[in-house]
Amino acid sequence: MRRIISQMRRMGPGSPLHRHAATSPFLLSYEGEETPSPVCFTNHLSPIAWGRGTDADWSSLPTKQRFLSLTQGGRGGEPEGRDDEGVSGFLSKAAALLLAAGIILSLVETPLAQAEETSPNLPAQRTDLTPEDRARVEAITKPATDFSAPEQFELMQGGAGTSKKRVNQDAFSQFSSNLTFEEEGTFKLGNGLFRKLWVSSPSSTQASDGLGPLFNARACQSCHLKDGRGHPPENTADATSMFLRLARAAESEEEKRLVAEHKALNFPDPVYGNQLQDLAVPGLTGEGRMKIAYEEIPVTLGDGTSVSLRKPNYSVTDLGYGPLDPRTTLSPRVTPQMIGLGLVEQIHPADILANADPDDANGDGISGKPSVVRDVPTGELILGRFGWKAQTPSIRQQTADAFAGDIGISTPEVPNHWGDCTDRQTACKAMPIGVQERLGPVEAPDPIMELVSFYSRNLAVPARRDMGKTAVLRGKQMFYEAGCASCHTPKYVTRRDAPNKAQAFQLIWPYSDFLLHDMGEGLADGQPVGVASGSEWRTAPLWGIGLTQRVNGHTFFLHDGRARNLTEAILWHGGEAQAARDKFADMASQDREALVKFLESL
Amino acid sequence: MLTSMAMTRRHGRIATIAATAALTAAIFVLPAKAAEVDPKAVVANYADIALAGYEDSLTTAQALKTAVDALVAKPSQETLDAARAAWKASRIPYQQTEAFRFGNPIVDDWEGRVNAWPLDEGLIDYVDGGYGTESDENTLYTANVIANKSIEINGETVDASKLTPEFLASTLQEAGDIEANVATGYHAIEFLLWGQDLNGTGPGAGNRPYTDYDTANCTGGNCDRRGEYLASASQLLVADLEEMVGNWKADGEARKTLVDADPTEGVSVILTGMGSLSYGELAGERMKLGLLLHDPEEEHDCFSDNTSISHLYDTVGIRNVYRGSYKRVDGSVVEGPSVSDLVKAADPAVDAELSGKLDATVAKMEAIEARAKAGEAYDQQIGEGNTEGNATVQAAIDALVDQTKSIERAVAALKIDAIAFEGSDSLDAPDKVFQ
Repeated sequence: MRRIISQMRRMGPGSPLHRHAATSPFLLSYEGEETPSPVCFTNHLSPIAWGRGTDADWSSLPTKQRFLSLTQGGRGGEPEGRDDEGVSGFLSKAAALLLAAGIILSLVETPLAQAEETSPNLPAQRTDLTPEDRARVEAITKPATDFSAPEQFELMQGGAGTSKKRVNQDAFSQFSSNLTFEEEGTFKLGNGLFRKLWVSSPSSTQASDGLGPLFNARACQSCHLKDGRGHPPENTADATSMFLRLARAAESEEEKRLVAEHKALNFPDPVYGNQLQDLAVPGLTGEGRMKIAYEEIPVTLGDGTSVSLRKPNYSVTDLGYGPLDPRTTLSPRVTPQMIGLGLVEQIHPADILANADPDDANGDGISGKPSVVRDVPTGELILGRFGWKAQTPSIRQQTADAFAGDIGISTPEVPNHWGDCTDRQTACKAMPIGVQERLGPVEAPDPIMELVSFYSRNLAVPARRDMGKTAVLRGKQMFYEAGCASCHTPKYVTRRDAPNKAQAFQLIWPYSDFLLHDMGEGLADGQPVGVASGSEWRTAPLWGIGLTQRVNGHTFFLHDGRARNLTEAILWHGGEAQAARDKFADMASQDREALVKFLESL
Repeated sequence: MLTSMAMTRRHGRIATIAATAALTAAIFVLPAKAAEVDPKAVVANYADIALAGYEDSLTTAQALKTAVDALVAKPSQETLDAARAAWKASRIPYQQTEAFRFGNPIVDDWEGRVNAWPLDEGLIDYVDGGYGTESDENTLYTANVIANKSIEINGETVDASKLTPEFLASTLQEAGDIEANVATGYHAIEFLLWGQDLNGTGPGAGNRPYTDYDTANCTGGNCDRRGEYLASASQLLVADLEEMVGNWKADGEARKTLVDADPTEGVSVILTGMGSLSYGELAGERMKLGLLLHDPEEEHDCFSDNTSISHLYDTVGIRNVYRGSYKRVDGSVVEGPSVSDLVKAADPAVDAELSGKLDATVAKMEAIEARAKAGEAYDQQIGEGNTEGNATVQAAIDALVDQTKSIERAVAALKIDAIAFEGSDSLDAPDKVFQ
């Protein structure tokens, strides 16, 4: 449903596409069709259409419009036999009617008026499966009990899309191996835009201007190095794969109400906004620099082994716009790896909720709180599942947030042309922006957004390595026995009705419950985000974690990269994970090593 | 040597057709005995063509190395022109091997060393002021290793006093995890021979003077180190191609992986390589993106303006592997049982359709090349406002997309689309997927 609406909004009145449609002859064939086919609403997952015959007047169009025109271009070139899963003809016809009436835009622009519920209406049981399939899914996702050999299908930890390419530095950059050739093309265009450098306005290359004015990076790839995991800065000049989020908790009754109703996650710094951008376009000052001071804390394990953990302390230097608000908290975040995101998006909410136990009713010391957030396009309350705090419900929203906050590019979802500039940053607000009236109302109009989102959804999970080795199997057993698997839930079968077949009904092994857990004071940064308190974090997926060294040349883990290896990362676990951490710390050294070997095989 | 091997495997085929065919040959006529084609022989012939293609890439790279050495030893307009000509000649066989890249993991794994693109040339040498001086995402954006005997990578000072092949391959290539830090391969050499193309979407390629290598009358500074870099990069290219030739020899890993597998899987590898190169790589990343952005930086051979040739020979390479026939640099032909034969046996209409479309695509690429020859290089053709040029490029993109649809039909006709995920239920097939 969300998809349909986003597609419709693209074509609503006032959208660039709509204006384009009014003047473009090649849309006539579309509008002239008697009953718009559901396919045209659901099959846009490969958002660039490539077919011949409709691109004839491209070259006379400005670039951004040409991007837009592409989504319309290829109905003749749609892949044959694509399923129209999960969307009834009724919905599509209704959508078409709404589109024709031109009321969708207003619906989307004021989503909160349409949906005022404060608790989510999420399904307790999967709605996408037949009883027979449900039984199969339940059987195959049962936790492992036999550790003498690998489980069936375990090698292909990302399902049929798992990459079986040779492991090299590009191990996180491959497309899902079950894409069609056409989708592979869409992925590669997305990749092109992912590495595209955005430039400051005004510029002769109007298709790619609009940077900043304040920003952390000029391209997605600048932070998402090799589509992998970021790291803390290793020298003063390098902070591109980690930044500071700035926010404070609700204070007034009104603010508390907004958070309770999921209308705000928290409250930005009045001057610096939601995050600290260390870079700025020419003529403007960056906001400041993140400073980290580490303190070594010795830890002794059960067998007497001593380990040192480094505890970071964050501050900001060279503040460009006066002091930070004293209530503003700093939450450092490293760039997360990008593999398997589209699969995570297709985990059924019922499967996530099944593991939730917010009041610890079963008394195991582990709660597991679902992150309920409001979906921006629809106003509905849904599950957040992306980001260190599970604050983001969809890849498209994550993409839009990153464009706005990190690069300073406006999108249909987040139309902030000045990025994260606040009204108090008057010099920033006075800078030119990249919106060209003739090109569209935002700096990155929809096909760009959808291409980058498609790319982000389809980065393949690499196949397991060494999964049958004795030490790895032993480590897997230790992982289960220590209770790690209580939160790092091994497997799921994705939705049958996933909009893209590549992600439908796949047995996947992300090792996360995608719930929030109190991880103790050691990891807390005191910054609440929506329903997540300042000490609650989303269970991080573990797939691919063993390739961090190969892909990114480091082994810095956790939300701020404080852990210098997997052992340190485990030892930082506290709160609900304290018992599991203690079991690890008390293991014989060869069992600890085996557990790490198991993680390295993921 | 290889040609004769393949000749014996021809089973009475009329060999002369492909050998004498122009690039836009009429539809290839196949013998009626297609039904007897053995997929194992198809896969073996494919490996033979790969070997021949990489051997030709190697010999032309060796000729490039010789020409580069001559340029460095005795810089002149003549030696520079000769090196440029050798580089262009080396692209013709190499681009035809790209059809092997996507189906064969061993090739894909290696490819980044020889053909990575696009590159931030400021890493390597001096650049024009308009290039800018810094980039937040690439601290090595203007590292200019030719001018600097010490550079900083990830906060560490690195000794760059010797620009050895080892240094380029292990230290400089993708330094700091930045993919645009391309230090080796055809495009690094191309930059060192041509220099930046500062003409945008206007006429003209890079225009590096030969005196950039003349230590007596040096322009651009550090002519000795520039020569050292160029020689090392050329040597590395030769070594990398030697490695790939080895992979396709009788006991080579690439060949063994293919011939040891179920031959149906081998046929699937061939078709996967054809489809992935056609659609995602060539039509998408290398052509459509540049056309959309009208960005001359999105041009594959951007320093030399050789893109039209590189694209053309990609499509020739796709046709080669389908037809099971490759015309070598010396004019001889490696030929044998082909996927085309298999498809023809399964569904002659699909074979005729795909064969026709592969020819049509080559013709559209030739139209781009014809414009380039007449003075409008590829980067001008994708320029904003060049209606005719844009349409010429778009026509080739359309043809590539069109041929991919027929490749999919061929996959369906051979009933190999499901093989990747089928197999026994036991752990003997650990790569099975839950369905």
